[in-house]
Amino acid sequence: MSNVSLQALSISYGKTPILSHLDLEIQGGEFVVLLGPSGCGKSTLLHGIAGLIDVTGGRISIAGQDVTWADPKDRGIGMVFQSYALYPTMTVERNLSFGLRISGLDITEVKKRVAHVAEMLQLTGLLHRKPAQLSGGQRQRVAIGRALVRDVKVFLLDEPLSNLDAKLRAELRRELKQLHQNLGATMIHVTHDQIEALTLATRICVMNKGVIQQFDTPEVVYSHPANRFVASFLGSPSMNFIEGHLQIQDRQVFFESSVLRMDVSHYAFKVPPSSNQGCSLGIRAEHLFPAAESTAPQMETELLLVEPMGAHQIVWLQSNDVSLAMQTEPQMALSVGEKIGIALQAQKISLFDPSSQNRL
Amino acid sequence: MSTDIPSMLSPRPSVQWFTPGRIGIYVFLISAALFFLLPLYVMGVTSIKPMVEIREGNIFQFPLAMTFEPWAQAWSSACTGLQCNGISVGFINSVQILLPSLVLSIFLGSINGYALAFWKVRWGHWAFSVLMLGAFIPYQVMMYPLVRMFAWADIFQSITNIVLVHTIFGMPIMTLLFKNYYGGLPPELFKAARIDGGGFWRIYFQLMVPMSLPIFVVATIMQTTGIWNDFILGLIFAGREHYPMTVQLNNIINSTQGEKIYNVNMAATLLTSLVPLAVYFVSGRWFVRGIAAGAVKG
Repeated sequence: MSNVSLQALSISYGKTPILSHLDLEIQGGEFVVLLGPSGCGKSTLLHGIAGLIDVTGGRISIAGQDVTWADPKDRGIGMVFQSYALYPTMTVERNLSFGLRISGLDITEVKKRVAHVAEMLQLTGLLHRKPAQLSGGQRQRVAIGRALVRDVKVFLLDEPLSNLDAKLRAELRRELKQLHQNLGATMIHVTHDQIEALTLATRICVMNKGVIQQFDTPEVVYSHPANRFVASFLGSPSMNFIEGHLQIQDRQVFFESSVLRMDVSHYAFKVPPSSNQGCSLGIRAEHLFPAAESTAPQMETELLLVEPMGAHQIVWLQSNDVSLAMQTEPQMALSVGEKIGIALQAQKISLFDPSSQNRL
Repeated sequence: MSTDIPSMLSPRPSVQWFTPGRIGIYVFLISAALFFLLPLYVMGVTSIKPMVEIREGNIFQFPLAMTFEPWAQAWSSACTGLQCNGISVGFINSVQILLPSLVLSIFLGSINGYALAFWKVRWGHWAFSVLMLGAFIPYQVMMYPLVRMFAWADIFQSITNIVLVHTIFGMPIMTLLFKNYYGGLPPELFKAARIDGGGFWRIYFQLMVPMSLPIFVVATIMQTTGIWNDFILGLIFAGREHYPMTVQLNNIINSTQGEKIYNVNMAATLLTSLVPLAVYFVSGRWFVRGIAAGAVKG
C-alpha cells in the first residue's frame, strides 16, 4: 500500500495555469475520488500524477519516493482510461501482457499473471479476441485488467465508467468497489458523477476551477459541505438555499428571511455569529417534510411540479420567490397548485456566508 | 407464443428504374466513361496494328491483322539513339529507383509523423512548418543547389543520388500524411503504452505500425505513382546508366529515323504506365478506405 503525496503542485498548459500550488495527501489503501465539473482540472491532476503531463512546479511522491520527473512506467502506477485505449491490433491476451513483456518478465510468469487477472475479471474465455469483438463492459474490464497485471500499488482511474450505459455502469461500479476491497491498493478515481463518488470513495476530493474545495469522507462532504459549491454540486436534486440574515435575541440565534424564521442556536458555528450578519440557509430535499402537527418551523408553499422517482418522489415547491425541492414518499397524493405547509429537520441545515460562500 | 402471429410486413414500394432522372444519369456516366476511355482505346489498338494499317489513318479502326510485334519491339529492341535495347532497361532502372525510395520515404515520413503527433519534440512545430514551406517551393529552384551538394558529396548521378532526392522531395507530403493519421488516433492509446513502459521505437513498431496499414497503402500508392512517373529528377540525378523508364520512353519516341513508328511508341507508353495502373487496380479499395479514414479523423 503506497501513499501518494502532492506538494504545491502546479500544472499549466502553455501560459494557462490549470492547477496552482495544490496540496493533497492520500493514505495507502484509500479510494479517493476526484470529483468536479468538466474543466475543473481533475483529469489534469490525474495525468500529472501519472507523468503524462509535465508539472510546472511542486513535487509528487508515491510511496515515499520523489517521482516528479520519473518516467510513467517507473512510478509504480496502473491507469485506466475513459476511452478504454485498448491496443486495437492486439488480442486481449496481448493487451494484458504488453507491459509485462516490455519489462522483460519471464514468459511463464507473464502467462501466470495474465491468467490470474483474466480469471478475476471473468475474461478467461475472451483472451484470444480482439478489442473490436468485445462489448463495452468487456472492453472496460480488459482496460482494468491491463492496469491490474502490472501488480502496482496505485491505480489511477480516469472516468473509467462514463462510456458505459447506466445498467453496466452500476454493475462495474460494484465490481470496482469489490476489487478495491480485495486488493487493498490505493485508487484515485476521477469522475463528474456524484453517485460514483459517494458510493466508491473512502474520501472525496471536490474540485472546482483547479482548487480543492473539500477533501473528506462521503458522509461529511454530503452532510457538512465546506462551501456552497460543494453543497450544490453533490446531491440530486441539489441543495435548497434560502437567503436571509442572522438575528441574535436573548443569547439565541435566529435565521430570518422573507419565508422562514427559525432558531439556529444549536448550529455548530465556526466563529460566533453576529446580529444582522447575512446568511444563506441550505437544506437538502430529503430533510424537508410536509408539516403535520409537528412544532418545527414552517413555511407556506405552493406545489408546482411532482417528479416520481420510483422509490420516492421529488416535489417542487414555491414560496414567495424561493424555489424548493422536497423528497416524499411515493404514495403521497399531491396535486399541482395545492398549498402545503412544510417543515425542516433543524439538525440537518447548513449555513453559508453569502459573500465568501463558505460554511459558517 | 408470439410465433403464431402472422408478420405484418407492409409491401415494399416497387422501384421505378427508367425515370428521366435515371436516364440522364446514365447518359452522363456513359459519355464521361467514353471521354476517358477513347484515348486509351486508340493507344491500345494502335499498339497492336502493323504500320501498314496505321498509314491508312483510320485511328479508330480495329486492327485487321493483329500483331504483338510492336510490344516485343518496344520492350526489347526499340532504339534510343545508338542503343537498341528497348524500354526494358528503363524498367529495371525504374524498379531499382522505386523500391528503395519507396521504403525509405515512407519509413522516414511515418517516423516523422509519429514523432510530431505524439512526442513533445523540441522545436517540432517549427521544423514541421519549415518542412511544409518546402513543399510549396518549386523543384526547379532547388535543383541547382542539390546538384552542387551531391557533386560535392561525390554521389552525383547514381542510384543513391536519385533515391535520396526522391526521399527528400517525398518528405513533406509523407510527414503530413502520417502526422494527420496519427493525430486522429486517440491520444490515450499512446499514453496507455507509455504507462506500460513502451519507448519510442517499441510503441512505433508494436503499436503504431500494425495500426497504420491503411495509411501505408495510401502512402505506397502516392509514392509509387509519383516516383514512377517522375521525369525531371530522374533525368538530372539518376545518371545515364540509370535513366528511369520515363526518360527512356522519351528517348525512344524522340529518336526516330524516317517515319514515326507509332505502334511501338504506343506500346512503350502503355508499358511505362503499367506499374502505376497495376497499383491502382490492386489497391484502389484500400486507397479509398485509407483516404476516408484519414479524412474523417484527421
